[in-house]
Amino acid sequence: MKCDIVLAGVGGQGILSIATVLGFAALENNLYLKQAETHGMSQRGGAVQSYLRLSDRPIHSDLIPYGKADLILSVEPMESLRYLPFLAPHGYVVTNLTPFRNIVNYPEFELITEQIRSLSHAVAIDADAIAKEIGSLKVSNMVMLGAATPFIDLAFGSIEQGIREIFGRKGDDMVILNLRALHAGREFSMANK
Amino acid sequence: MTKKLLLGVEAIGQGAIDGGISGVYAYPGTPSTEITEYIQGNEVAIERNIHKEWSANEKTAYESALGMSYAGKRALVCMKHVGLNVAADPFMNSAMTGINGGLIIAVADDPSMHSSQNEQDSRFYGKFAMIPILEPSNQQEAYEMTRNGFELSEQLGTPVLLRITTRLAHSRAGVIPAENASPENKLKLPADPLQFILLPAFARKRYQTLLDKQVKFEYASEISPFNSYIPGNDHSLGIICCGIALNYLQENFPEGCPYPILKIVQYPLSSKMVRMIEQQTDKLLVIEEGYPIVEEQLKGFFNYGKPVSGKLDGTLPRTGELNPDIVANALQLHFQPGEAIPELVANRPPALCKGCGHHDMFRALDEVTADYGDGHVFSDIGCYTLGVLPPYHSGNTCVDMGSSVTMAKGAADAGLFPAVAVIGDSTFTHSGITGLLDAVYEKSNIVIMIGDNESTSMTGGQNSSALGRIESICIGAGVSPQHIHVIEALPKNHGDLVDLIRQEIQYKGVSVIIPRRECIQKSARRVSESKRQKGGECSLLKL
Repeated sequence: MKCDIVLAGVGGQGILSIATVLGFAALENNLYLKQAETHGMSQRGGAVQSYLRLSDRPIHSDLIPYGKADLILSVEPMESLRYLPFLAPHGYVVTNLTPFRNIVNYPEFELITEQIRSLSHAVAIDADAIAKEIGSLKVSNMVMLGAATPFIDLAFGSIEQGIREIFGRKGDDMVILNLRALHAGREFSMANK
Repeated sequence: MTKKLLLGVEAIGQGAIDGGISGVYAYPGTPSTEITEYIQGNEVAIERNIHKEWSANEKTAYESALGMSYAGKRALVCMKHVGLNVAADPFMNSAMTGINGGLIIAVADDPSMHSSQNEQDSRFYGKFAMIPILEPSNQQEAYEMTRNGFELSEQLGTPVLLRITTRLAHSRAGVIPAENASPENKLKLPADPLQFILLPAFARKRYQTLLDKQVKFEYASEISPFNSYIPGNDHSLGIICCGIALNYLQENFPEGCPYPILKIVQYPLSSKMVRMIEQQTDKLLVIEEGYPIVEEQLKGFFNYGKPVSGKLDGTLPRTGELNPDIVANALQLHFQPGEAIPELVANRPPALCKGCGHHDMFRALDEVTADYGDGHVFSDIGCYTLGVLPPYHSGNTCVDMGSSVTMAKGAADAGLFPAVAVIGDSTFTHSGITGLLDAVYEKSNIVIMIGDNESTSMTGGQNSSALGRIESICIGAGVSPQHIHVIEALPKNHGDLVDLIRQEIQYKGVSVIIPRRECIQKSARRVSESKRQKGGECSLLKL
């Protein structure tokens, strides 16, 4: 088993919460993991990415080579396109559709969705709308993780367990809310992949 | 032994605790910050009550760590690469004094300049000071080499430089730590009472001692369990990999590399090991992250001997960090990138946070300096450096910590008017105060804007050691109290701030204007932390 994931977003969007849940799930399954993060300057609203690598064999590089990523998981639509050179021919793009406009030259939204639709394997999801429906915009990232789970070769149960571990210290309500987000995202993906 | 998921920097923190340190000393700087933060939050470190407060700058941190070593205890001092420039004086001289308790200097370099103004390679400093350098290739080694490094330091009687780069610093992997932390050293003065006195007569002896130790240092590299020779069948090429370069090479050969590899993670370079791979292969490729320091050593001045390729002949790029594709390219291996980035994808540079008080400072400053044209604002290192980008374009320099004050002074000396320095509270604490003393002494005609967000924000909101005492420090440094102004950085105070800047530009002397409002990230974290402690709803993990 090998799964290389580029997590993409904008500094402050909290993509590392996704990585943390997957990290727990990987440990539980006795998998090897390497996860390179962006710290420092770019965290101030810049483009950020995390390279998350899971494998049942030892992993060498902390960075994913070009053309080898099995999945680009992006919490922002334009950012999903920035990492296409990393995507393998069989790889999927799973992206949120809510734009984060903090630059003056942000492209027209229609053009971005057109690009995403033109990809051979892509799931675009309005995670923010789903999160709001569930009860909190804050769980948007777990909707995204849920939407990506069909493309990650990890038992869904261990990802749920990861959420219980990570959000447990914040109380049962937070755990339930995040689990609902995870399920909603997964259902959307299963119906639209 | 349970596996922990640790960043490279956290593995170093854990290694230092398990290596029995009695203190960590540091000034925050990406990508080194989390070494100290990890120790600050660690149960054993808290229980043992080891030293873990932030220092005013890297020099004070280094000297404090050396003092702890003098007293016989083990100490870790951490900084980013450019921080070692600040600490270079005690660093170079600590190689002369040697140590009493084990001393490790953890320095995180930033090739590709993700969050830095240059990509200097700290291994040069290690070679310059003639001390051993450790350069772990992965998180587990980062842990083990740190933990064992204190013993190495004590065995060889020298400080040891631990060099990492951004990728290892900020990448997480499973690390298996030891069961228990080593006990701390007991307080014990140096056996030789003259060891730490670098008066010329004694210093000459110390220098000879340092030179005499070089053979031992090289032997330590030779017998290090971390350096190794990995055989290969194809002797047409030998590859010397330093630090994390090994990972990128092995990534390209999942079934094993056909060429012999010399893995270097401890320096000085063992000439015996290099000679071994040189004798067995037709030519050599050196893969190292940073400057071509090993490559230059092997090539020598006249470039005799077997061909050596690397960064100097263009086989590998001279700038930026390494990655698997760059290494594949150097070995002429085929790799197929995915689709190109669509043209519509725009750059998204970092920017000041919405609602940050620095916006208010730059809006006012821009309005005033517009009357004088471009070229009057000397910026510094911190979040507010982002003021040089659109929409403010406020700031004509950004060089090193504290340089805003002194460059403004020098430009004013040259006749530039007005000369305005923009500096944050933490940078002012780090290196602005000494420059202020010069300016006050000479009555330099400058205006210093201290954007006080009560935080070292770019690195995650650490307190600076002058927190809450900025204006009293300025008064103490001799700035006239009539020309020190504190104003809350808020849109409603825009007019007042503009007037203040105008007024102080007209004053012929040193003025200090302090637009103050706590960093919004820091206050948000505080609110969410207090909610969490009360058991209420709170935000998701945001890093």
